[in-house]
Amino acid sequence: MIHLRGITKRFGQYPALHGIDLDVAPGEFIALLGPSGSGKTTLLRIIAGLEFQDAGTVQLGGEDVSTLPVAARNVGFVFQHYALFRHMTVAENVAFGLSVRRGKARVAKAVRQARAEELLGLVQLEGLGSRYPAQLSGGQRQRVALARALAIEPRLLLLDEPFGALDAKVRKDLRRWLRDLHKQMGLTSIFVTHDQEEALELADRVVVMNQGRIEQIGAPDAVYMNPETPFVSHFVGETNRIAGPAGEIHFRPHEIAIAADGAEALLVDNVFRKGAVWRVEGLLEGSRQFVELDLPSTLAAPRLGETIRFNPHRARIFNADGEQSKGDQS
Amino acid sequence: MSLHPTSEGTVARVVLITLSLAFLGFFVLLPLLAVFSEALAQGAGPFLDALHTPDAFAAIRLTLIIAAIAVPLNMVFGVAASWAITKFQFPGKALLITLIDLPFSVSPVVSGLIFVLLFGANGLFGAWLAEHDLKIIFAVPGIVLATVFITFPFVARELIPLMLEQGKDDEEAAISLGASGWQTFWHVTLPNIRWGLLYGVLLCNARAMGEFGAVSVVSGHIRGETNTMPLHVEILYNEYDFVGAFAVASLLALLALVTLVAKTVLEWRFGLHAGARH
Repeated sequence: MIHLRGITKRFGQYPALHGIDLDVAPGEFIALLGPSGSGKTTLLRIIAGLEFQDAGTVQLGGEDVSTLPVAARNVGFVFQHYALFRHMTVAENVAFGLSVRRGKARVAKAVRQARAEELLGLVQLEGLGSRYPAQLSGGQRQRVALARALAIEPRLLLLDEPFGALDAKVRKDLRRWLRDLHKQMGLTSIFVTHDQEEALELADRVVVMNQGRIEQIGAPDAVYMNPETPFVSHFVGETNRIAGPAGEIHFRPHEIAIAADGAEALLVDNVFRKGAVWRVEGLLEGSRQFVELDLPSTLAAPRLGETIRFNPHRARIFNADGEQSKGDQS
Repeated sequence: MSLHPTSEGTVARVVLITLSLAFLGFFVLLPLLAVFSEALAQGAGPFLDALHTPDAFAAIRLTLIIAAIAVPLNMVFGVAASWAITKFQFPGKALLITLIDLPFSVSPVVSGLIFVLLFGANGLFGAWLAEHDLKIIFAVPGIVLATVFITFPFVARELIPLMLEQGKDDEEAAISLGASGWQTFWHVTLPNIRWGLLYGVLLCNARAMGEFGAVSVVSGHIRGETNTMPLHVEILYNEYDFVGAFAVASLLALLALVTLVAKTVLEWRFGLHAGARH
């Protein structure tokens, strides 16, 4: 469906993307995950045609659209801050893409209204067509923006931090709702996020980006369980990083085994309940490195000043070049 | 620490408010009242007679013509410049922003002289203009040029911050939905900036009608031909025709008051609008 080859982009002296290759299958739901400045939004905008690459090609559905402007690419784009037209009603917003069609493509007003109604039903905003965007909540506005993007029957849906401006509760509801909508419609979709939880929950595949490069592409579970680079290991999920003889040892707070003869000893500095587990924070004995552990809350809470001996298990060791050495440490 | 956190400010508050009101009254309200009372000093008859002269008529007509040319020109220029500055990246952008402020920072007399230096008899294009029998300085075209120059910052200055704040998401959304550049401007950008634009046009108009310095330099003060209302006021005043001078001046002041009321109404609408933006 989408084939990107060697996408490179600079902003003045600042290199934003270094030769990105990416293939997306029809109907896939892809997350571009990375910190700010990783190039994820630039990549999304290049796929949309809102930005143009300095080098490389963009293919959509077998057609080379590398030089086509956004208007000719037939993609739906959803903005972080909704970008609803505030002087138009919700229904007028949704029908905008149809109302600007001229000549043969012209859509009759009755058809546009019917289509807007239908889409508002799809995003569960029936009956709000005559309101103005200012009269809606953030979650409702984002759903209007989605309906507006879907109205042009795009071959591809692109979402730039779609939940970024919403509060936590609404974000969670909208996330679930978007996932269901994607299942129902099967429209190839790419969304940009800096929130790993969002990426892992929604996407079929996660593309982890850092400093203009793709670090890893994989199913959410694979990216979480088998990070291939130190960056992914650190950025996706919580990870402790401690110095070891063979390089940096990465392990998640729960990837430990308590043992009386454990190799590491943690001096407990802080304990609090984190959902179903005790989150224990403190410094390692000897190396004085900060580490967080999760202990089952079925056990008694560790006391402050207590020493916990443990072994990291399933740990990943990265050498100075960021290469992973094989072999489990336990 | 104070048990009455507001009591400490009471004296300062009263002093500041009194001072502001007294200052405003003395420097703004009093002169404004003086203009109208002086104009009507000998009753409504002489007041109307003073306005009812061919020269006054000619001045009013010329002022309206100048504004009718300068304001639409600067409206187009202001929107174009603001659009270019806020939606595109291009070399020379910082220079353009600085140049837009030039008419505000330079003395109006200098603004007028610039055009004399360019188009006057001994100016850069003077010989060429004389050869083709074109008159700019001491004629209506010169006044239009000077007025356009003086008033071109108003619309752009009003729109640039507004359009910067609004960003280009709306425009990008429109073109991603298939709208053409013109449709995007007409259906999305223009409605977004309409109040700011109207406000800028009002200020631009007030200045276009009221400009004295630059216009005075290029006009030549030919009665019935190149005198605008402000210039006409000066001539009448210098001839000790106080009722006449203040009668025309009161028309200009009235215009200023209408502009202020319109501006206040707009700000109220605009403020309401801005509040509902997000």
